[in-house]
Amino acid sequence: MAAASVIEARELSLTFETADGPVYALSKVNLTVHDGDFVSFIGPSGCGKTTLLRVIADLEQASEGAITVNGMTPEEARRQRAYGYVFQAPALYPWRTIERNVALPLEIMGFGATERAERIARNLDLVNLRGFEKKFPWQLSGGMQQRVSIARALAFDPKLMLMDEPFGALDEIVRDKLNQQLLELWARTRKTVVFVTHSIPEAVFLSNRIVVMSPRPGRIIDVIETNFPKDRTLDIRETPEFLKVAHRVREGLRQGHSYED
Amino acid sequence: MIAALRHKRFAAIGLLALSGLLLWLMAHLVTARPGILFWIGVLVLWALVWIGNDALSGIRTSSPLTTRLRNLAVPAIFGLTLLLLWQLAVKGFGIPLVLLPAPSDIWSKLITSLPTLAADFVQTFLRAVLPGWALGSLAGFLVAVLCDAWGFLRRGLLPLGNLFAALPIVGVAPIMVMWFGFDWHSKVAVVVVMTFFPMLVNTVAGLQAAGHLERDLMRSYGASWFDTLVKLRLPAAMPFIFNALKINSTLALIGAIVAEFFGTPIVGMGFRISTEVGRLGLDMVWAEIAVAAIAGSAFYGIIALIERVVTFWHPSYRSRKDP
Ligand SMILES: Nc1ncnc2c1ncn2[C@@H]1O[C@H](COP(=O)(O)OP(=O)(O)O)[C@@H](O)[C@H]1O
Ligand SMILES: [Mg+2]
Repeated sequence: MAAASVIEARELSLTFETADGPVYALSKVNLTVHDGDFVSFIGPSGCGKTTLLRVIADLEQASEGAITVNGMTPEEARRQRAYGYVFQAPALYPWRTIERNVALPLEIMGFGATERAERIARNLDLVNLRGFEKKFPWQLSGGMQQRVSIARALAFDPKLMLMDEPFGALDEIVRDKLNQQLLELWARTRKTVVFVTHSIPEAVFLSNRIVVMSPRPGRIIDVIETNFPKDRTLDIRETPEFLKVAHRVREGLRQGHSYED
Repeated sequence: MIAALRHKRFAAIGLLALSGLLLWLMAHLVTARPGILFWIGVLVLWALVWIGNDALSGIRTSSPLTTRLRNLAVPAIFGLTLLLLWQLAVKGFGIPLVLLPAPSDIWSKLITSLPTLAADFVQTFLRAVLPGWALGSLAGFLVAVLCDAWGFLRRGLLPLGNLFAALPIVGVAPIMVMWFGFDWHSKVAVVVVMTFFPMLVNTVAGLQAAGHLERDLMRSYGASWFDTLVKLRLPAAMPFIFNALKINSTLALIGAIVAEFFGTPIVGMGFRISTEVGRLGLDMVWAEIAVAAIAGSAFYGIIALIERVVTFWHPSYRSRKDP
């Protein structure tokens, strides 16, 4: 049974006009993300991962080509609060406590006080930050702040999660733990996740599809399907199947680079 | 070790107390034209107070309370020393009152003219400075928000506001007196004109201060302009707004006093200063200046305190401790 497509991009291009001439951030990108997919974008810096995610989120407009989100234009989807976005930096509001940061989308979307309290507690639990409700963001470590921003994105329970290197600034141990938790969340809630990373093990472990990208112009050079069980644990990273997929990703990334020099 | 530190501490405080007391005695007893030995004594005592104060400021304190006390004492001692030297110089060199009254002259004038000073304070500070400051700042703030909602307003109004800001107060004040009469109404108008623009510019700048990601976040929620304003851009603008409030507190005081030079009923700080200058009553002028300085500092200080509470999250105030 083919799942409904959540994101559909056809021949999508985006050129930034800068003072130093045009920057081809995306060039003829074709991509389909199905309901319940976990898709990772991987590639070196500047290959357009963030830009592609921002086009999906209607934070940036494509110059050419077509894209739909839930069958609508990205703008309509955004206005219907179709997605939760986790930025590369936590972007917490320093004048709000942790719980009020998580409450922010709930206030804007008109959730009642009891519903808000319940969702704050549930999502702070999820990212292991119970007890930090009354703290302010600057009193927390960078990793904790990023977890708050994940709780905030999950708070209004969007069907689609767009995550831009959410664990990029974290150390390996915390990162492993959050990877495992994110995978469990995904398997349990059947959300659709689009995830940006430049860590090969992270991409292979988390995704059922890995989109390998390459810069100048930013484009997709390979899409790799994986077939690991949904309840996998970090141990599979030692298995031959895992290493085979990782190898193919690495080959793709290397091939992408050979275009330049 | 501890004992040695103790000793140092007591030595510093003892030195300060002794030399300060002597200096105070000399200031008290000085008559016109003392000899060279007197001045040498003054210089030596001054040096000793200086050394003592320097030692005091370098003392390592053991508790937050003593730290606070120390931090208050050092500038207070500095200021008092200046007053004593002022007193000594004026009395010792026999400087005439019209040139520079001694602190003791100003003080005695101040306590004998309390009713007049109080009436002037009410007229100028309570009737003109405060309402003018509040109205001008509020108007500047509201227009800034309107400018933000309608871009054409910003492009049209900001250059005009520039013109406003460039208007010299000596030109504005007589016009306002013509329009609003001699009493405090015209002074309020002058203060409003002076405080409007700093608030407008600062708030417009402050509303742009929120970061890109923080704005994108609001956009990703499909938040309205109003929600974005209230939940993100106004809080982010608060440091700018308080900056304007502080600038305006100073401008308002200057504006109200100067405006009274251009016509006023027979009360007010500016009125008193201009008439007493004419009558060579410089001690009264200085007493008014003292009142203005104290009121202005207190006003500024209160705004700064509120600022600390409202913008507690700003990197310049926050601590890792719970606020
Ligand atoms: N707002 C912008 N204006 C101009 N150039 C941009 C802008 N945003 C991104 N770019 C450029 O587009 C390219 C892709 O950027 P990005 O999507 O951030 O890459 P990645 O997230 O893969 O590191 C880069 O060369 C970057 O410099
Ligand atoms: Mg990026």
